[in-house]
Amino acid sequence: MTAKKELAVAALRDGIVIDHIPSHSLFKCVKILGLENLDTQLTIGNNLHSSKFDKKGIIKVADVYFPESVLNRIALIAPTAVVNTIHDFVVTEKRPVALPDEIVGIVKCDNPKCISNNEPMYTRFSVINRNPVVIRCHYCSHTINADKAVIL
Amino acid sequence: MCKFAQKSVKMNSNSLVSISDLSKEQMLSLLELARYFEENPNHKILDGRVVATLFFEPSTRTRLSFETAVNRLGGRIIGFSDASTTSSSKGETLKDTIIMVSNYVDLIIMRHYLEGAARYATEVTDVPIINAGDGAHQHPSQTMLDLYSIYKTQGRLEDLTITLVGDLKYGRTVHSLIMAMKYFNPTFRFVACKELQMPSEYLEFCDKHGIKYTEHTDFSPEVINTSDIIYMTRVQRERFTDIMEYERVKDLYTLHNAMLDDSRDNLRILHPLPRVNEIALDVDDNPKAYYFTQAKNGLFTRQALICNALGINPLKK
Repeated sequence: MTAKKELAVAALRDGIVIDHIPSHSLFKCVKILGLENLDTQLTIGNNLHSSKFDKKGIIKVADVYFPESVLNRIALIAPTAVVNTIHDFVVTEKRPVALPDEIVGIVKCDNPKCISNNEPMYTRFSVINRNPVVIRCHYCSHTINADKAVIL
Repeated sequence: MCKFAQKSVKMNSNSLVSISDLSKEQMLSLLELARYFEENPNHKILDGRVVATLFFEPSTRTRLSFETAVNRLGGRIIGFSDASTTSSSKGETLKDTIIMVSNYVDLIIMRHYLEGAARYATEVTDVPIINAGDGAHQHPSQTMLDLYSIYKTQGRLEDLTITLVGDLKYGRTVHSLIMAMKYFNPTFRFVACKELQMPSEYLEFCDKHGIKYTEHTDFSPEVINTSDIIYMTRVQRERFTDIMEYERVKDLYTLHNAMLDDSRDNLRILHPLPRVNEIALDVDDNPKAYYFTQAKNGLFTRQALICNALGINPLKK
């Protein structure tokens, strides 16, 4: 299993590998990063064996590098994720995602009377607690636990 | 949905959306300004200024007092008191309405049924916005007039015992009052039935800011007779999931004149109005009844808020 995983990572010439994504968050991460719109080689694996937790997901994207601020957007739902940057088959950087202070345009506010659910506009939340992650709507002040957050 | 762009947003300066936008110093200078307008209610310092009052949701007291404030300051008013007569009923976005009105006016005073509407408005225009209520969320001019009423009747804001009675769960005025009083070392008494007790987030707010409080289900003589301010609120039938519970508690939190016999001389009764039956009519003639004057104070407070939003200070020569 270990050998196969290393092979899978090493097989990428250039790009990124996002590892240690909780299985239940994998497809939300795909959505947040907009991966369905990419036309480069993309490999998604889920329910893989993990030494850290029960099962994990993994995303490999060839020939594309995302800015750190973009990758950090998945930290809300995949705080354990680690991003490996690969150049010419070599992992040049290994970095855990970091939760930003502000979450923009990712989460739907759960208050139906919030302006953000009634106008064509970005939603905006600030992180008010990091463990467990709790976010507060910039507009209506409603708080949401990250594990219950609905992704737009 | 936004993918990769993170456009930063900034509230325009001079707007007032939430009471928490104001520092202690700003609150005190607004109270000083309100006192000036109480003494000089017809100071025409808005000559040539146009103010919009956009009421997407009906309101009587708030709209009339804001519009009176502008009139007494010598400004002109445009606006609407019913959104069904405007383009928003044709599907125009709030953003477009605000930008359009911004072309005409120096200040926008708005009430909206959606929470966060005023905050969003401050992000789409450079014209200052005063939030005159956004759904169940914020209503800072009410809080300022409450503060002014407390200040005027007690001669100070510090070290007062304030009893909040009735609907403490949904009442935005009591929540905002707690937030505003954090600077002034108050002692709060929260009097409510189980269904309408103060939400835990506000109890945590008190704990975090070292605000003393006690919780009561009984509106007892001990509570009344040791209070400097009693702030009554309306217990609404629609707040109850169990109508029997409403019938049981609805009269428990009604204030009668006889209950004030042994109260402190400086005690004043406040209520954001409209009242229904939570203050008996026999209280109205008691000099400790202050709710109608409190509503009048809204005029002076709103004059102060309008001048502040426009960057006009008649106290600075």
